[in-house]
Amino acid sequence: MTDLIELRHVSKAYGDATVVEDVSFALREGEGVALVGHNGAGKTTLMKLILGLTRPTSGTLQVLGVEPSSREAAVARRGLGFLPENVAFEQAMTGRDVLRFYLRLKRQPAKQADVLLARVGLDGAAKKRVGTYSKGMRQRLGLAQALIGAPKVLVLDEPTSGLDPALRAQFYDTLRDLKAAGTTVLLSSHALTELEARTDRVAIMNQGRLVACATLAELRHAAGLPTRIHLSVPPGAGAAISARVDARAEIAHVNDRSIELTCAPDAKMDVLRGLSALGHDVKDMEIAPPTLEQVYAHFLRRDDRA
Amino acid sequence: MRAILTIAGQELRDGLRDRWVLAATLLMAALALSLVLLGSAPAGTVSTPALTVTVVSLSSLSIFLVPLIALLVSYDAIVGESERGTLLLLLSYPIARWQMIVGKFIGHTGILAIATIIGYGAAGLLVLATTSGNDAASWLAFLSLLGSSILLGAVFIGLGYLISGLARERGAAAGLAVGVWVVFIILFDTALLGLLVAANMPSSLVSALLLLNPTDAYRLLNLAGFEEVRFLSGMAELSTTAGIDLRIVAGSLLAWLAVPLGFATLLFHRREL
Repeated sequence: MTDLIELRHVSKAYGDATVVEDVSFALREGEGVALVGHNGAGKTTLMKLILGLTRPTSGTLQVLGVEPSSREAAVARRGLGFLPENVAFEQAMTGRDVLRFYLRLKRQPAKQADVLLARVGLDGAAKKRVGTYSKGMRQRLGLAQALIGAPKVLVLDEPTSGLDPALRAQFYDTLRDLKAAGTTVLLSSHALTELEARTDRVAIMNQGRLVACATLAELRHAAGLPTRIHLSVPPGAGAAISARVDARAEIAHVNDRSIELTCAPDAKMDVLRGLSALGHDVKDMEIAPPTLEQVYAHFLRRDDRA
Repeated sequence: MRAILTIAGQELRDGLRDRWVLAATLLMAALALSLVLLGSAPAGTVSTPALTVTVVSLSSLSIFLVPLIALLVSYDAIVGESERGTLLLLLSYPIARWQMIVGKFIGHTGILAIATIIGYGAAGLLVLATTSGNDAASWLAFLSLLGSSILLGAVFIGLGYLISGLARERGAAAGLAVGVWVVFIILFDTALLGLLVAANMPSSLVSALLLLNPTDAYRLLNLAGFEEVRFLSGMAELSTTAGIDLRIVAGSLLAWLAVPLGFATLLFHRREL
């Protein structure tokens, strides 16, 4: 496995404003990594650096074996597909003409335009002007151009923004096929929840810094956030039962009919075993692991404190 | 090379689709034809070929019109794409920045060449159909007018890219383009005339100063380049006493083409996206 994208201590400043600060990470062949962060966290700038559209202030990076802002990179970019945030096209051109233009730029046969349009479900709109496209259609046309020439590396900036849930699912299906075919994918997103089971690793950025980069399971574990357990109990038994709960669980809330517990990940199984020993005194139980949003918020908080 | 031609073809198609080519052609043809039709009256029945008269009037028209059209098609080449958001995507493709500039330059110059050849060509055909006695020299002068008008346009397209590379916003680029047009087409000659009258400058200095303005170089090339044209346009005095070598004049135009285009490319290479 080789690293197709490799960043070493990369920083980028525009004047006094540092937008990317000391970021190091690598993407292996066929890996899918999601960049997550607020607006202004430096995700787009990081992508521009990877594409060679801007140069780092310090640090080094290699994409497909070359420095992306170097002279040789123009040729290396044949193996690269990019979908910019809020992708824009010449309004007066038809969808098919747009793709034909970009196909020629990547030295691919222009007749592939229709195949690509069909792949993103735009075959019906091939002859319509891009100016008449909806946001979702523009986004799909953007994805179609990024797929030209079956690139080794795909860089997608907010690829699902403007897509309805059905199109989002369709997008992630396409992504799964691409990954299965060995494409390396770097995408950015605001929504951590939709990334579950869809990327290998998640890189969390905050104010230009990479605060975490690991699998979602590892991030959950590292965050060490408590699991919440909700118990339904017979009327009036709340106080009595809460006294019999494992001491490592914290009682968050008790009332007549229910008990709210939190417990650390490593104590969870012991607590659950204790609860099942209570027999019929527990009428129902709901277990909620920390959500990805909570994990994300945790890493941002930890970074802001540091 | 293929990338350059793809960009050039794209610009040309854009120009055809957005009716840019059509508008410029019609404008040039309408003005050129009316100059031919109206302009032949005062010349009366002099021994000068009608085509030579046409060359003189068309070159005066070009000085105003060609730079204007050239700046209009070129001023937002970089800043406009940057603002519309299409530049980011284009530069993520396997294409170097200089290739994009050269491709656009070929496409935009093509638009201008089509408009010039059809627009002025129509005037030439009209002269051919309605008059006789146009000798080879006058045809040569006419062809030279077509060629140098396209060259003048190319110079201002290059200046337009320089403006487009300097400006951070499209509106600023438009303002700068108007400013450049006013300076080269109106202010420069007025100032030069003022200096000439007030300071009684030596003619060698005047000729050197004329080369500092591409539209004056164009004027010299067309009005002083051919014997008959020279006498008809009243440029005989200036060009002979100033002793300007036409190769230097042509060189000045070429330098006006290469230098701004080179700087525009350099600026574009340094531009952070």
